Amino acid sequence: MAPIVVPLPLPALPEGWEAEKDFKPVGKITQDGATQRTLEPIGPHFLAHARRARHKRTFSEDDRIQAQERAKKVEEDNDSEISEPEDPIMLQRDAKDWKTQDHYKVLGLSKYRYKATEEQIKRAHRKKVLKHHPDKKAAAGRADDDNFFKCIQKATEVLLDPVKRRQFDSVDEEANVDPPTKKQLAKGNYYKLWGNVFKSEARFSKVHPVPSFGDENSTKEEVENFYNFWYNFDSWRTFEYLDEDVPDDNENRDQKRHMERKNANARKKKKAEDNARLRKLLDDCSAGDERIKRFRQEANAAKNKKRLEREAAEKKAAEEARLKKEAEEKAAKEAEEKAKAEREANKKAKEAAKNAVKKNKRVLRGSVKDANYFVEGDAPAATIDAVLGDVELVQSKIDADEIAALAGKLNGLKVADEIKGVWKEEVERLVAAGKLKAGEVKTLVA
Amino acid sequence: MSDNGASKPGPTPGDRTVIGITFGNSNSSIAYTVDDKAEVIANEDGDRQIPTILSYVDGDEYYGQQAKNFLVRNPKNTVAYFRDFLGKEFKLIDPTHNHASAHPQETDDTVSFTIKDKEGEEAETSTLTVSEVATRYLRRLVGAASEYLGKKVTSAVITIPTNFNDKQKAALIAAAAAADLEVMQLISEPVAAVLAYDARPEAQIEDKIVVVADLGGTRSDVAVVASRGGMYTILATVHDYEFAGFALDKVLIDHFAKEFIKKHPGAGDPRENPRSLAKLRLEAESTKKALSLGSNASFSVESLINGLDFASTINRLRYETIARTVFEGFNRLVESAIKKAGLDVLDVDEVILSGGTAHTPRIAGNFRYIFPQSTRILAPSTEPTAINPSELQARGAALQASLIQEYEAEDIEQSTHAAVTTVPHITNAIGVISLSESGEEVFVPIVPPETAVPARRTVHVAAPKDGGDVLVKVVEGNTHIKVTKPEPKVKENGDSKAAKVEDADEDEADGDASDFSDDEDEEEEEKREKVWKIGSTLAEAAIRGVKKGGKVEVTINVNADLSVIVTTREVGGKGGVRGTLSA
Repeated sequence: MAPIVVPLPLPALPEGWEAEKDFKPVGKITQDGATQRTLEPIGPHFLAHARRARHKRTFSEDDRIQAQERAKKVEEDNDSEISEPEDPIMLQRDAKDWKTQDHYKVLGLSKYRYKATEEQIKRAHRKKVLKHHPDKKAAAGRADDDNFFKCIQKATEVLLDPVKRRQFDSVDEEANVDPPTKKQLAKGNYYKLWGNVFKSEARFSKVHPVPSFGDENSTKEEVENFYNFWYNFDSWRTFEYLDEDVPDDNENRDQKRHMERKNANARKKKKAEDNARLRKLLDDCSAGDERIKRFRQEANAAKNKKRLEREAAEKKAAEEARLKKEAEEKAAKEAEEKAKAEREANKKAKEAAKNAVKKNKRVLRGSVKDANYFVEGDAPAATIDAVLGDVELVQSKIDADEIAALAGKLNGLKVADEIKGVWKEEVERLVAAGKLKAGEVKTLVA
Repeated sequence: MSDNGASKPGPTPGDRTVIGITFGNSNSSIAYTVDDKAEVIANEDGDRQIPTILSYVDGDEYYGQQAKNFLVRNPKNTVAYFRDFLGKEFKLIDPTHNHASAHPQETDDTVSFTIKDKEGEEAETSTLTVSEVATRYLRRLVGAASEYLGKKVTSAVITIPTNFNDKQKAALIAAAAAADLEVMQLISEPVAAVLAYDARPEAQIEDKIVVVADLGGTRSDVAVVASRGGMYTILATVHDYEFAGFALDKVLIDHFAKEFIKKHPGAGDPRENPRSLAKLRLEAESTKKALSLGSNASFSVESLINGLDFASTINRLRYETIARTVFEGFNRLVESAIKKAGLDVLDVDEVILSGGTAHTPRIAGNFRYIFPQSTRILAPSTEPTAINPSELQARGAALQASLIQEYEAEDIEQSTHAAVTTVPHITNAIGVISLSESGEEVFVPIVPPETAVPARRTVHVAAPKDGGDVLVKVVEGNTHIKVTKPEPKVKENGDSKAAKVEDADEDEADGDASDFSDDEDEEEEEKREKVWKIGSTLAEAAIRGVKKGGKVEVTINVNADLSVIVTTREVGGKGGVRGTLSA
């Protein structure tokens, strides 16, 4: 604010007024004379207030800093962009070859290129024109030297027309960032190198903002997003700029059409090549992308974990089943063996019993023989047969135990009467038991 | 690209294309800045005031004036006057104005409209929440701006009434975000209007009290703003939903409806037929606008009712007579705002008329009578250089947008934080004592009251004619003193003949002020002046040996803790005296 001028005069200093350094503090601002109110955060002066408040600057400090910044900005505006040295070869260029000239370089904007704003281009043009205007050349004694001036005009014409500028930017090789070589990548800096490549490629994107390449800490989502974006890249890059000149005379229509077709085909081909190039770029990039590997590993690890768990569970189940089966088999085998042993024991016992019966039967038969068939002298065959027949009969009527008991009784007896007594007793017992009919075995009872 | 969803960061400062938006209840505007000058953008239809209306016909979306015309034929699928419903509960809204358009209804916690916005006879109706409607409307506004600028608009500053609460603000920001628009800042409407004036290259930054009368279509807001060194503090606001543009329309509608009934006694009252009423309303509005420009306007509606056409004319005098009560309402609004701020009309340095209704010459004329001659009334009819009142806020928003477009969102957030914006404002002025022509001690304000601290002001005060040693006496000044000096002729209420009466009665002052407007040719006027009373002394300093005809520079720095640094020296001289007063 410019100071307000007050025409009313100040009073004269009263007589005898004295103070240290001519300043006498008397009071202070009434403390309750201040209310807290809210400033509206609007307008340049509020911004200045906010700047002072946030950086805790006083008025004079802020004034000084602002003045410095302004001075710096003016300097930058003046030199920055358009201060590039001019290549003497470029100055010799023929304006007719405008197609091959680097428009940005002509205007001294080669470090901005596609990033140069319209404002910068206008300013650069003005500055270059001031320097290279043919009238100035004429004043310096070089009449008709307007070649570079024409170059400047052409460059400005191209760059200030959005359509033409895009066509030129499309084929502006200088702005390309080459994909890093293996050697470069070996030094690390993978993310920075590739990031720069895609930053430069992003200038062709129809869609903005373009996702950034990120760094090693990017999330999976970000990385996927990045590659999805780039694999579906929508580019405005065109190759009209490289068209061959179409003759615009009316003489040969066929020739003209032929050239146009040729150009269209060439454009199409170049576009396809460019798409393929981008795709390859992406393939190369993703092939070396540690993040993708890491995400894949992580995903695999997660998947493997599940699989291993499942396998372990299966194995355990199989083992258990096997053990169970084995135990069952063992039990079955044992049972079988036991049964077999029992069977054999039974058989032996039976055999033994049979043998014992045979033996006892022999004892029985022997006993009657010992008793000489209960006759004196040589017993006739008929008697022998009858006695043995009876013995057989008795034997058939009694079971093995009784045979054994009978044999036990008979065993050792040699005297015929005793033997006969035993037989008699036996037969009587059997008759009494109803197993034999009285009179059936006469020979033994007689 | 679309899958990074809600966490999408705002555009970086370098990539922003910014505009200012006034999102009004009746009309909206969009503006941008070119070479530090704000320009309001006309939409595809060539409108700079774009009615805040959306209409759907056979699945096609219309907005602005086109949609407004559909209020006659397609009121059910036309959404109007929805801005004030944003972020509000259904039970708190006032649906009066939506009578002739889509009706608001309650859905969950918000307000919605049922609209047929798809093609086909059998198409289903959809229920749009008010935020969805706002999003669609903002999208159209941004689309119009993008088309005009040839660049995709990414960010905007939007103006809001001073009584928007946090929920309404959040709802507006969310609606804008859904329309792919970053809201850099929401600024209050009256201050946007002040900024639009202060940003003119010829404007001087000075300490002043500004009354902003924002007279809109459905509401009027009056704010008293202290402008101190280009920083703005709102001292008081008054909001009114009765005295606004629609009230003037209604006066005209009634007038012409009566005339029509007189002309066609059997045809019935056109106000009772919704369609006729809509036609009347549209025509009344354009007649009102015509009356703001010319002294005569015609009013004609084809097929108003039963196929009867109606045409008539009205002159401005008649209009001003029939709308007198409404005009007086505006006066009362402004007076009540000043009173609420604890000020007097004499304290007001500037009155800014903003909003569509502010075009009406009579309103500015009335204000001219309320305020003293020294007060500037900034309206087209009183000040030829005044900015179009309808464009003020959009311009202010655009200027603010261009000021902050270089800042990161976080920076803006921090700068608008309460810790930065809430500061002490001194209530007493600080100044020095000079001698008036008659040799009396008078107070010369250097830092006026209601100045936000820290503040710095510099004045050049003349030294006595002969130069020599001078005394710089820094004092506080009391501003609340007014002087009532009746004319030498006796005034009937005969207050007093005393030269100075301290403590003038506020009510009486206001009453008198409106008397002026009513009876402009009353002879016996009360003369009222604002004078400064010298308060307590803060410091004294001496400047010795001032040259003849020299001047003394006095700089007063009030720090945030209310300590004061006084620096004085002779203009062009060296050295000087510097002293600090602790808080």
